[in-house]
Amino acid sequence: MRARNCFVGAAFALLAVSMAQSAVAQDIKIGEINSYSLLPSFTEPYRKGWQLAVEEINAAGGINGKKLVVVSKDDGGKPADAQTAANELVSSEGVAMLTGTFLSNIGLAVSDFANQKKVFFLAAEPLTDAVTWAKGNKYTFRLRPSNYMQAAMLVEAASKLPAKRWATIAPNYEYGQSAVAVFKKLMSEKRPDIQWVDEQWPPQGKIDAGPVVQAVAAANPEAILNVTFGPDLVKLVREGNTRGLFKGREVVSFLTGEPEYLDPLKDETPDGWIVTGYPWYSIKTPEHDAFLKAYQAKYNDYPRLGSIVGYQTIKAAAAILTKAGSTDTDKMIAAAEGLSMPSPFGEITFRKIDHQSTLGAFVGKTAQKDGKGVMVDSSYKKGADYLPSDAEVEKLRPKD
Amino acid sequence: MAFYVVQFLTGLASAASLFLVASGLSIIFGVTRIVNFAHGAFYMIGAYIAFTLTERFSGAFGFWGGVVVAALAVALIGVLVEMVLLRRIYHAPELFQLLGTFGLTLMVEDLVVLIWGPDDLVGRRAPGFKGAVDFFGQNIPSYDLFLIVLGPVVLGILWLLFQRTRWGVLVRAATQDRDMVAALGVNQKWLFTSVFAVGVFLAALGGALQIPRDAVHHAMDLRIIVEVFVVVVIGGLGSIVGAFVAAVLVSELNAFGILIFPKISIILVFLVMAVVLIVRPWGLFGKPEAAARKTPGLTVNPWRPLTSNERLAALAALVVAAMLPLFAGNYALTVGSEIAIFVIFAVSLHFLMSVGGLASFGHAAYFGLGAYGVAFLAKMAGLPMIVCLLLGPLLGCMGAAVFGFFAVQLSGVYFAMLTLAFAQIVWSIAFQWVGVTGGDNGILGIWPEKWAASPSHFYWLALGVAALVTIALRIAVFSPFGYALRATRDSVLRSEAVGINAKRIQWTAFVIAGTTAGIGGALFAYLKGSVFPDNLGISLSVDALVMVLLGGVETVSGAVIGAIVYKALNIWLVSQTDLSKLVLGGFIVLIVVVFPKGIVGMLEILAQRRRKSSPPGSSLLAKPIESAE
Repeated sequence: MRARNCFVGAAFALLAVSMAQSAVAQDIKIGEINSYSLLPSFTEPYRKGWQLAVEEINAAGGINGKKLVVVSKDDGGKPADAQTAANELVSSEGVAMLTGTFLSNIGLAVSDFANQKKVFFLAAEPLTDAVTWAKGNKYTFRLRPSNYMQAAMLVEAASKLPAKRWATIAPNYEYGQSAVAVFKKLMSEKRPDIQWVDEQWPPQGKIDAGPVVQAVAAANPEAILNVTFGPDLVKLVREGNTRGLFKGREVVSFLTGEPEYLDPLKDETPDGWIVTGYPWYSIKTPEHDAFLKAYQAKYNDYPRLGSIVGYQTIKAAAAILTKAGSTDTDKMIAAAEGLSMPSPFGEITFRKIDHQSTLGAFVGKTAQKDGKGVMVDSSYKKGADYLPSDAEVEKLRPKD
Repeated sequence: MAFYVVQFLTGLASAASLFLVASGLSIIFGVTRIVNFAHGAFYMIGAYIAFTLTERFSGAFGFWGGVVVAALAVALIGVLVEMVLLRRIYHAPELFQLLGTFGLTLMVEDLVVLIWGPDDLVGRRAPGFKGAVDFFGQNIPSYDLFLIVLGPVVLGILWLLFQRTRWGVLVRAATQDRDMVAALGVNQKWLFTSVFAVGVFLAALGGALQIPRDAVHHAMDLRIIVEVFVVVVIGGLGSIVGAFVAAVLVSELNAFGILIFPKISIILVFLVMAVVLIVRPWGLFGKPEAAARKTPGLTVNPWRPLTSNERLAALAALVVAAMLPLFAGNYALTVGSEIAIFVIFAVSLHFLMSVGGLASFGHAAYFGLGAYGVAFLAKMAGLPMIVCLLLGPLLGCMGAAVFGFFAVQLSGVYFAMLTLAFAQIVWSIAFQWVGVTGGDNGILGIWPEKWAASPSHFYWLALGVAALVTIALRIAVFSPFGYALRATRDSVLRSEAVGINAKRIQWTAFVIAGTTAGIGGALFAYLKGSVFPDNLGISLSVDALVMVLLGGVETVSGAVIGAIVYKALNIWLVSQTDLSKLVLGGFIVLIVVVFPKGIVGMLEILAQRRRKSSPPGSSLLAKPIESAE
């Protein structure tokens, strides 16, 4: 009795799922996966960004005359669920390619799925170097500047500082570990004279900021590298401000200039940190102006970095599909390799050698203006200038 | 020297925040025996409401008034929850309330984003406590000093409340023996409601007081809930002083631990808990739990094997399920495989929980170990799939053998928390040992071989294994071993009196359950093609608990239905709606209210009532006739 109920129920449930949707022949579908429920502060602007892109693409005639449709799924921050979603998009929605993802491990999980099922995957956000290098594969491309690139951009500025005693604070997971490792390596190459006097590894999302700040202060560094972000960053900054940790010390910080992380700090924003980020208020280029105007007109809100990532991901996907003139995976890969396209940050190219885009980032300093955090003295760093030589990349990347 | 003093004080401040929340949980658990998973949610709502109030009303009065009003408001919400939801399910099987509060937590996580938006919110600093105090060249935030004082003050107030008021006497009495309190004519309803309100008030106060230090965001609840549970258990359930000491212990060990091992924070609380529970099975200040007065034959229907008709029906259901590949697409088949794997996982926990009476909060450890076992064998040793599937679960078996040995020395919630501690230790090893496990980037590329690669073949494999496992465990339930295990569950004393070695039987059951979970994990690794520390994580352990409770903990195989319903619904909702947590949480709460014995448990009761009310034989006939009309 019991068993019968269950299995019949399951059969019906599965049948319903399988019959739910079938693709309309005239549209081109793209599958999109992100951690919507886990990371709304990034993914909400991100969603707005890609929705704007879809609207613009279809208003301009779609992809070779066909309408572009994006089917979006939530992965809840779990690699296993991301694969379920990827499978649904590919098997049951019949999408031409997969895009999206935020967390590094999810990016890797979907990239491995793409490799196994021979599906095109355009990773939007995951920063780990492994996506394009150590665990790179022929089906996976990535939009955002990787950990290595952002570290290289920061090192360029950091190595000019007089500080010799450095401490690091980073969340204890792959992103934090590899950010610190790359930064240390590049920094020590440029400045053999510096010392690493302390490192703190609070668990991601669970920093006990008081003791961490005290411990770093006790090592008496001249400069600090920070990799924490989100609520951890808020706690760190607040404790650091109160306890005077940042007084008289240089701080170099990953991602802190992104509005997602900088805006919540308001009047607690520390002064003069060297950060990567997105100062949307001070970028004066025609490409960005056009994006900003369209975004503000549609949403009556200012863009975050997530908006740029979402927007450009779908724009890139459309460019690839348009050039390929087909949804055949091999043709899309051929089209994407070496493809250049405009972006709000200027022209970008998907490198043939490792499928990394040359999208760059802004490096500048934090400051307070009217009780709000802003980035000043910022300049755009082109991604292409901060990648290792081709010979090194070939060593890092497994052969297809 | 000054540095160590300041570090000590900083640790005390952390301890004070932890204690506020933990004390509330401890009181609630002590009296009502509810494992209040929603405690973190109340903490979070407290912070959100306090944020809104303190932003609107500035000044010292606005801030402190806002904090207190927020805590009171949340306490009111707590009262509502207790009266509407929890009152209905006090008499449900043990831990069932966990399911209800889990559903609430899911709902709240989506609700706060709907109400307050997705951005992290940073509130004001506390008026009068904005700066720092200089202590021999070291800065101590004055707000930390405030918290350091507040902690003991709250402890003192609670102590007075419990020792010097009639209400306190009743609460203490109920903590010790609530049946006796009820027998003496105390109105339990209002006692429970008031206790719940006080507990929730403390949680919300703890949350509201974080505003000057923390960012308010939608994941605050999960960040604190597990830690708080650990603190309560280390201190000893129901002991307020214990919770205080434990909070100080954990916070100080962390504050000084990071000076030597900067990566210790991720695992510290669980290490402390494991050590404390092994040395002192009831926590630092806890007392041995009085043997619960369970009515013999708690399950109204004595368990029995399936009749031959039912066996045929089950077989037919299996055949129907096996025919799925004839008409379903690849996606449905992959989801089917995933559900089948979770059936294995849920059934294994169900065996431990229902038959053994041992609720594990860390069952994912063995699932994940099975998955990692496969990953190691496939990636490092390069063994063929079938060998990996056979040998991989052995890692789960070994893990269960080691941890189970220690865990079965305890019982009840202490057992549950020790399994949680072990699971977290395994998780942190998988997370930290990057060289071997790949850390949180996991191990990739574990795809099935050709013979099992197609979704239909893999589905048949998963379905077949799930059926075999379910049958094997059912056979075990009705074997002499199963009877012995049930004896240890129902009465330790009596079972020992008839010569059953309870600990050995329970240990064996633990190993069986762990190995079975490992089988599920091994299949899962091949289904997903990769293994991540997530596969050992708390949320997966909670999923397993939810599946078992949803199916019905007092049934023989309810977990099968629980797993199918929960997993199918979960996958479907996540795919269909952005508010999947809100809907899923609401559904769970509804199930809890409508089916207080779980889905299968309720069906059994209905079936039995029907059998009693209608003359024998007619019930079978009635149905076809009705449907024919």
